[in-house]
Amino acid sequence: MAISEEQVRHVALLARLALTDEEVTRLGEDLNSILGHIDTIQQLDLADVPPTAHALDVVNETRADEVRPGLSTDEALANAPEAADGAFVIPRIVGGGDAS
Amino acid sequence: MIDLSRLTATQIRDGIADRLFTAREVAEAALGRIEALDGQVHAFNQVTAELAYAAAERIDDAVRSDVVLPPLAGVPVALKDNMNLLGTRTTCSSRILENYESAYDCTAVRRLLDAGALPVGKCNMDEFAFGSSTENSAFGPTRNPWDLERVPGGSSGGSAAAVSAGMTTIALGSDTGGSIRQPGALTGTVALKPTYGRVSRYGCVAFASSLDQIGPFAKTVQECALALNAISGKDPMDATSVDRPAEDFTAALSSGVAGLRVGVATDLLEAEGCDPAVRASVRAAAETFAALGAEVGEAQLPSAEHGLSAYYIIGPAEASSNLARFDGIRYGHRTPGAEDVLDLYMRSRAEGFGPESIRRIMLGTYALSAGYYDAYYGQAQKARTLIKRDFDAAFERFDVLLTPTSPTVAFKIGEKASDPLAMYLSDFYTIPVNLAGNTAVSLPSGLDAASGLPIGLQIIGPHFAEATVLQAAAAFEGAAGFDTTPPLVREVQ
Repeated sequence: MAISEEQVRHVALLARLALTDEEVTRLGEDLNSILGHIDTIQQLDLADVPPTAHALDVVNETRADEVRPGLSTDEALANAPEAADGAFVIPRIVGGGDAS
Repeated sequence: MIDLSRLTATQIRDGIADRLFTAREVAEAALGRIEALDGQVHAFNQVTAELAYAAAERIDDAVRSDVVLPPLAGVPVALKDNMNLLGTRTTCSSRILENYESAYDCTAVRRLLDAGALPVGKCNMDEFAFGSSTENSAFGPTRNPWDLERVPGGSSGGSAAAVSAGMTTIALGSDTGGSIRQPGALTGTVALKPTYGRVSRYGCVAFASSLDQIGPFAKTVQECALALNAISGKDPMDATSVDRPAEDFTAALSSGVAGLRVGVATDLLEAEGCDPAVRASVRAAAETFAALGAEVGEAQLPSAEHGLSAYYIIGPAEASSNLARFDGIRYGHRTPGAEDVLDLYMRSRAEGFGPESIRRIMLGTYALSAGYYDAYYGQAQKARTLIKRDFDAAFERFDVLLTPTSPTVAFKIGEKASDPLAMYLSDFYTIPVNLAGNTAVSLPSGLDAASGLPIGLQIIGPHFAEATVLQAAAAFEGAAGFDTTPPLVREVQ
């Protein structure tokens, strides 16, 4: 199934990637080439085959809900592009305009 | 000065214990070799001389106090740059993490250092482990010590090249679809992918969480086994790590292969795209095993040819989810002057990720998106079941299976860079092992007569059969007995 330029733009929005028009065109070509190979998997009759999410049987693990030492606020913020007052700084989400 | 390329890990540890030389002198030798060769090879993103000397100081103090030394005391180790270590940056060879300072230690790294190892640096890789050549690094490619015009393989190409060039004794890599074994093959090193769950993934930046596994590179099977001894075992910080009794993976290395059932995966061996010289080398290896007393037969893995398709759905799908965390908020690159949060996410990510990362994120997001999930991700998970069943059936008849590690010897830098699909085919033989969760080792089976470059043999075992796989590898290594020192290293000796 060929992927259109419009689909590439939609997927880029889902993936939170700002692509240029040139990148959209090139990625469309790349994805179609890769999907052209991958599509052989569609021809397999797998109706009665169960899916494998993990190669080994995994079991849910729980632990006692106890307070443990973790990263301090300073450590957690050490790599932040912008931080203030013990918090990550981000652009305004709510409101806008002249609201204050 | 000590010539590290002539000393094994055990000889280093024993030499320090016997006061033939100090751990500091070993650190100096490794750092000196890096200084001499890394300008040409570019195996390292960061050299950690201070950390190496500090660790050496602790070992030398222990010698002075007559404390019994741990098994890897004074042994230089290099770490793929997707593993966190306090005091180092962890960049994943990406612009988006270029300045990221590790906030904690990766468990496998911590265990190696607790066994006495000296951390000499963080190794170059394909960005976020996406690639088979280490050309997808934001910081420039690593070159193969056997031929500087060729790639060392990838994605753990820096780790492989560092061991091959004698700049470290042991290195850690991570393997999602072949990223330890394929560079191992292309650099003539011994490279092990443990069973999924054998080694904790905590502190290794996630690519595809159901496939990723950390493992060692070394010049010899015995050193690989020693490194596995140190890093394996249950970790409460990784719920997928498996709780099993501790094993000494060096114990059976000299037991030979008499009576061992060795299956040659002949259908995969005949696959189109495999270099005839590689095919011949694997057949010759099978004959060596027979001469050593193994029961050699033919095995079939008919569904493995669908591994590539399944992998290039499952891998990117899991990666697109794992890489959602790089959003310019808590760490990593943030675009200046964003208009709002969505604009900040979209531009930070587009600016920070390289072309292959963007390609994989797009592929994975598409495969998981509404309307396509069943056709791609669902179908790939079912194909994964078939591949696993093939291995289960083969392991009823055989103890280990033989295939090539890579269909070709090391290729030229730039040769496959513009064709993603050609690059993806590099992992044809290694991918099915990750999908089934098995263990496999790659070791040199010979040198290609035409190019002089090493060829890699892959020995695959069932879940948790590392001891058997390493035992077979050690027997073959002893019988093969050729020089795996690359020309670049012979020149400096």
